[in-house]
Amino acid sequence: MASGERPLIGIVEEVGGLVDLGAYEAHEGYAGARQALTGMTPAEVIALVKDANLRGRGGAGFPTGLKWSFVPQGEASDGGLKYLVCNGDEMEPGTFKDRYLLEYNPHLLVEGMIIGAYAIGAAQGYVFLRGEYHEPYRQLQKAIDDAKARGYLGQNILGSGFDFDLRIHRSAGRYICGEETALLNALEGKRAQPRTKPPFPPASGAWGRPTIVNNVETFCNVPSILRNGVEWYQDLGLGDDAGTKLYGVSGRVNKPGLWELPIGTPIREIIDVHAGGMQDGYKLRGLLPGGASTDFLVEQHFDLAMDYGTIQAAGSRMGTGTMILMDDSICPVDMCRNLEHFFAQESCGFCTPCREGLPWVEQLLTDIEEGRGQPGDLELLDRNAQFIGGVTNTFCLHAPGAIEPLASALKHFREDFEEHIRTGECPYRR
Amino acid sequence: MSEPALIPVLSDEEVREIEAECAHLPDRKSAAIDAMMIVQRHRGWVSDESLSAIAHLLGMSVENLDSIATFYNLIFRKPVGRHVVMVCDSVSCYVMGADSLLKRIEAHLGIGLGQTTADGRFTLLPIVCLGACDKAPTMMIGDELIENVDAEQLDGIFGRFE
Repeated sequence: MASGERPLIGIVEEVGGLVDLGAYEAHEGYAGARQALTGMTPAEVIALVKDANLRGRGGAGFPTGLKWSFVPQGEASDGGLKYLVCNGDEMEPGTFKDRYLLEYNPHLLVEGMIIGAYAIGAAQGYVFLRGEYHEPYRQLQKAIDDAKARGYLGQNILGSGFDFDLRIHRSAGRYICGEETALLNALEGKRAQPRTKPPFPPASGAWGRPTIVNNVETFCNVPSILRNGVEWYQDLGLGDDAGTKLYGVSGRVNKPGLWELPIGTPIREIIDVHAGGMQDGYKLRGLLPGGASTDFLVEQHFDLAMDYGTIQAAGSRMGTGTMILMDDSICPVDMCRNLEHFFAQESCGFCTPCREGLPWVEQLLTDIEEGRGQPGDLELLDRNAQFIGGVTNTFCLHAPGAIEPLASALKHFREDFEEHIRTGECPYRR
Repeated sequence: MSEPALIPVLSDEEVREIEAECAHLPDRKSAAIDAMMIVQRHRGWVSDESLSAIAHLLGMSVENLDSIATFYNLIFRKPVGRHVVMVCDSVSCYVMGADSLLKRIEAHLGIGLGQTTADGRFTLLPIVCLGACDKAPTMMIGDELIENVDAEQLDGIFGRFE
């Protein structure tokens, strides 16, 4: 595949590592921003991104252009600021795609944000970055400084009369910061508890001002859409979705890693061709397609295309597109215990079903795993999965996301759970 | 300004860095997290005295600031060793043997999670997914990400950190 068909990271391989400003400019860098700021109206930019059918790469898959169109156009009536925020909090377990973009191609994010800011009329932008991402911070800060020195950020960008400043907020931890309204509270220096919605951020976001929050990979898709157009972008995808996607595989494969592929590449191709197949002696039993908060897929699903609609129709979510493989040496009950430990720990504690329910589920799974399971425990888990997973029972989607892997494991691997309870031990520990 | 005597707890440099953050934000309280992280970078952790001084500097109550401090796992409200060791316990590392790796690290350092070695060199903490899942298992020592951690190489890994 030519690097032109991999607009996100093809250039990284071509350059052989970090793409600095010089290398980025030599590969049509900032041409998309130039085109938007000097040749198009903000409304035209939004229409283009909408027509391209770019969907949010953070996990939810919401159409990006549509989201941008929710922000009131033009100058705010009270003359106040609008904000553009990048969600670079990548904390979904099993996800390692945004780190790669930030470390190796940071100007792509900066350019995508300049275009997004112009489209919605934001004068101030923030990148909300995980506290543990030290090297991505260094590379992104350097990219911002270099872009500023070259006139891509700051006052009167490229002579267009448009002003945009970009700053990094380094987070102090907690998974819940990835929820966009919790992220905004953290940006404001508060506890990262999700806000009640509505109002949604495009109406009232950071400091009560109209705000758009998009994922790192989402912004990184924008510059090439500006440069090459809607038709080119849609032709990159294999099915209903447009563009390319960063897919990743972790677990017992021969070549775990990350690849930019046409969106809609089949699961089996990603595992067998790109990840080199399973290691000798290990058999693939199931996988979480896009992070810890997605439902397990099993053998019958492995030929499916990794796109939003197909994976949703199979009862899961493409999520972040970075899959975690469960091989036959891993106990499904213990893996669920690990997952629910994470979600219980990372609950912000505001809503009762999440704060009380998730530790309770973790304890029940621990009991079953350690041979203290009782008849009726699985029915209890089923019932509580319904309560905790009900999307209208909590402020945000942390608890429903936490339940997705568990509810699907109870369906696909039920005999493993039953055997633990029947025999009073974990068959994987024998 | 009811307790002006508390501000001198912070160094001139810390105050300067915190004020620089405030200058970019719509209100001073919005710098709460940044301010605590600045002090922690200088002192390793955020003591009660530091917390009071920061709260005063930003014009907020100590209780409010502490409720923010204790929400975030990367803000330390207890002293830590010279190097904070954070071992990933999330699912990709779990699949690649993180549980047994943690036991080996605990034995190597002679401490459990949440503890600091007697010589004040290392503090051991769990951490969620570090975003390097294709190179699991992973951990961080200070600012350094360590990938494909081999339990047989712990001497060499920890030996690099005095």
